[in-house]
Amino acid sequence: MADLLAKAKGGEANSAPWWEFSFPSLDALNKACASFPQSRDVTKGVEEVFLAIKDALRIVLDPLTQPLSWMLEFILSVVQVAPWWLMLPVILLIVYLASKSLRLVGFVAICLGFLAFIDHYDHAMQTLSIIFVCAFLCVFFGVPIGIAMSRSDNLQRIIIPILDMLQTLPPFVYLIPLIFLFSVTEPKLYGIAIILYAIVPVIRLTDLGIRLVDEDVIEAADSFGMTERQKLFGVQIPLALPNIMAGVNQTIMMSLAMVVIASLVSAPGLGVLVLRGIRNLELGVGLVSGLGIVLLAIILDRVTKAALDRINASQKSQ
Amino acid sequence: MSENIKISIRGLYKIFGVDPLCALEHVRSGAGKTELLDKHQHVLGLQNINVDMREGEITVIMGLSGSGKSTLIRHLNRLIEPTAGSVKVDGDNVLDYDELALRGLRREKMSMVFQKFALLPHRTVTENAATTLAVRGLSERESTPEARKWLDRVGLNGYGEHYPRQLSGGMQQRVGIARALTSNSPIMLMDEAFSALDPLIRTDMQDLLLELQRELHKTIVFITHDLDEALKLADHLVILKDGLIVQNDEPQQILLNPKDPYIEDFVSDINRARVLRVRSIMKPINGDKTSDVHGEVNLNDTLESVIEKSNGDVSHSYIVTRDNVPVGIVDMSTLVKALVPRVSAEKAARKF
Repeated sequence: MADLLAKAKGGEANSAPWWEFSFPSLDALNKACASFPQSRDVTKGVEEVFLAIKDALRIVLDPLTQPLSWMLEFILSVVQVAPWWLMLPVILLIVYLASKSLRLVGFVAICLGFLAFIDHYDHAMQTLSIIFVCAFLCVFFGVPIGIAMSRSDNLQRIIIPILDMLQTLPPFVYLIPLIFLFSVTEPKLYGIAIILYAIVPVIRLTDLGIRLVDEDVIEAADSFGMTERQKLFGVQIPLALPNIMAGVNQTIMMSLAMVVIASLVSAPGLGVLVLRGIRNLELGVGLVSGLGIVLLAIILDRVTKAALDRINASQKSQ
Repeated sequence: MSENIKISIRGLYKIFGVDPLCALEHVRSGAGKTELLDKHQHVLGLQNINVDMREGEITVIMGLSGSGKSTLIRHLNRLIEPTAGSVKVDGDNVLDYDELALRGLRREKMSMVFQKFALLPHRTVTENAATTLAVRGLSERESTPEARKWLDRVGLNGYGEHYPRQLSGGMQQRVGIARALTSNSPIMLMDEAFSALDPLIRTDMQDLLLELQRELHKTIVFITHDLDEALKLADHLVILKDGLIVQNDEPQQILLNPKDPYIEDFVSDINRARVLRVRSIMKPINGDKTSDVHGEVNLNDTLESVIEKSNGDVSHSYIVTRDNVPVGIVDMSTLVKALVPRVSAEKAARKF
């Protein structure tokens, strides 16, 4: 190795001072001896491996994720077909049922009314509906995963690094392999990206919530001869509900963040307008749609927090 | 009170650590708690426990924190698995039970009351009290009347629709007791049930328990670190220290004949006049003496009441009666002597 390095240095101008030799990276070694691979061969190798398993992966993943496409297509067509005078009351009713607060209903009505007034209704509805589907699926899969994690330390040890990775991976990076796997026109492409990005908090907080349930109550449940099932549904999940709901809140907020980025891969909604603002330097379009996203974020956050507070209030012990 | 032995514990050991069975050998060959911890890194929880608990009696297990009393009570319904030994309930070894039989035991035979109440915060008081029946699969319609009945019995009439957080500590523990009673199990395990309550409420709850016991005659295993509480409730008192039974007897006997310095220390601060009863210090009647007595006292009177009766005159003596039949005689000088604990007398002698 030292010889090779010396040779590499010797090949270049001898005038360079001795301390200016390069790090023995692949490219530097390749210069000295052509039998070393270049670093671009590494990236190429990764690409080739991915392309080689792509077809096999697609055969498995395509049918598995097809329902996601159907769900997204269905809900997008529903919000397109349903008239505004039907959709808005339905949304306000959901808000009321979740929060039991007329003030919040009024606030949501004003925000959505404003968005509709400046002709952003369709885009806002598309964004909301995508979030609705993705957040629902996150909860649907995330809560059971979290429960399984809370019951097995081994499983927790395996899943936590995966969650860490999902959480730290920049959102754009999710999109790269997905673009190769699925066609850009398929809704499931951005659906998967959103779910992968947003599912983390609900899993984490479900696991945490169940592990945090008061030991004494669990012991009492055992002492009365509860079965595992009775304990899970009668004690652990209800007592972990505040934490699970905090996870749902986070998941919804993260879906909103991702649905904007996902407009790069043809996700409809307010993100498309933001993208137009950037691409065409249409400052006004970008800023107004950005404001729309902020309003949606506030609505989603307030409603889920109000629901969370209601649960918290009914749970406070002692 | 019957003589039937309801729960019988034999040779029970509990060792916490990586390899308890290996550590058990060391304990059996004489290693103590500190030695086991220092040399083998295992914690000795319980050591050769042998106790019989009679049906219909309150057996109090007393010890300071770390003495293993909470560990011991959790062996009865196997919330903690022992390292060695046997626990027999109605003659059946609980440790042989499979999961199903164990669940049956916990549902039908034993109910437990906890120090920190351990109520379900998201259920109402009635639902909490009905938990023990609900886990058996009874419908709400069947379990609610039973829960209501016991809530009324412990003095919580009208609180059924409240949530636990809306009640005070004492009331929450009443719910805990009602929940245990609702299961109609013959055995009740009470783990420091009143320790988290303030003194006045605690006295109320002790009275409530004694009142319920007079009526229901359950087999109660009661854990406490408070000697006054132990003496008030116990038909049978077990004193634990460092996982070992130091003394296991009727409370009066422990008070009068403490077996070792640890217990002497313990009992020296007690108001003996209020705890000791005439039956523990009386002597048999010798025909001639009956003439110069000053009155009659009941077998179960406390010494305090006798002192009151005698107006402090130490020359008096009294006939002891049970159901108005004389069974013995007690004179004031014996009584006064019984009031002085052995250890404090020795200490006083050492001082001067």
